Amino acid sequence: MPGPMKIRATLKGSYTDIRVLMSHPMETGLRKAQGKLVPAHFIENITVKVNGKTVVKAQTSQAISRNPVFAFRVKGGNKGDMVEIGWVDNKGESNKTEAAVA
Amino acid sequence: MLALRTSAVLAAAALAIAAAPVHAQDEKKEIEKYQKMLAEGSPVELFELEGADLWKKKQGPKNESLEKCDLGMGPGVLKGAYAHLPRYFADTGRVMDLESRLVHCMVTLQGRDYKEATKRVFGNADKPSELEYLAAYVVGKSRGVKIAVSTRNPKAKAAYELGRQLFHYRAGPWDFSCASCHGVAGKRIRMQSLPLLDKPSGARRTYATWPAYRVSNSQMKTFQWRLNDCYRQMRFPEPTFGSDATVALTMFLAVTANGEPYDGPGTKR
Repeated sequence: MPGPMKIRATLKGSYTDIRVLMSHPMETGLRKAQGKLVPAHFIENITVKVNGKTVVKAQTSQAISRNPVFAFRVKGGNKGDMVEIGWVDNKGESNKTEAAVA
Repeated sequence: MLALRTSAVLAAAALAIAAAPVHAQDEKKEIEKYQKMLAEGSPVELFELEGADLWKKKQGPKNESLEKCDLGMGPGVLKGAYAHLPRYFADTGRVMDLESRLVHCMVTLQGRDYKEATKRVFGNADKPSELEYLAAYVVGKSRGVKIAVSTRNPKAKAAYELGRQLFHYRAGPWDFSCASCHGVAGKRIRMQSLPLLDKPSGARRTYATWPAYRVSNSQMKTFQWRLNDCYRQMRFPEPTFGSDATVALTMFLAVTANGEPYDGPGTKR
């Protein structure tokens, strides 16, 4: 079961600053443990929605660290807007969470 | 694409040359900047969230959660509890630190065996230990609370005195003590400047940011681990988890840090 996620979205005048923290092992598939390769396991797609409208779609790779942090700036926005962020990894596992803009 | 990459590499090289003649003062500032960047959006928050779930999870033979665990402020009171630990607990007649008290709660509330509860106290990046999650959650509830560890109880006073002696006690194949590295100002090991831990000037900030998340190996580290690893680095025999000696040393450092607003769980390089 995927670990927790945390979103922090703040209105900063003319834009909204969105930060998201995700728990994920982000295995490259190149690391060995006890002589055996650890299979690749990483987030492939990230979607950011504000009030149901997709504002960011990202494709990510093994180059990103374990438990990554992402930050986005979205033009405009209002306090109370719902930000929903979800990810899907190469094993088909997924997770999503939402938070209101503060 | 190739041309673009080359220019990026060149730009990076030019930056490196420009940044080369930095002075010690600038280096320190740069390290501080780096540490600030690490702390923003630190995965330590994920450990706090997982710890909160684990705190409420019913387990053990009695199928109980830890929600009634008394960390010194009354059963289930977490706010500010860590800022007053280690402390003397009348129910056990011992001075206990956070980790030994958590294990005590696992044994008494959840009915677990002491050996089972302490079988895996230090985890790794793939599988953190239960205590690492719990420590992150509990200490987070003391953020902003001033550290106020009391030595009014005679046993707490004795632990503080023992801790101070242990801090200065030289032994082992290298004839080291904690004070060899942390008792002289201005020492460093590779990039890390070593805090002066027997004086409030160094102890306050350092103690107030432990336990902490280590970015370089993606792990949450407890204070018991910190002491354990210091002893390993000094080539001492491994200290027993939650022993009177480790609690005493924690007591000495905590009392020296008294007055500092607690600012953890921290994030370290």
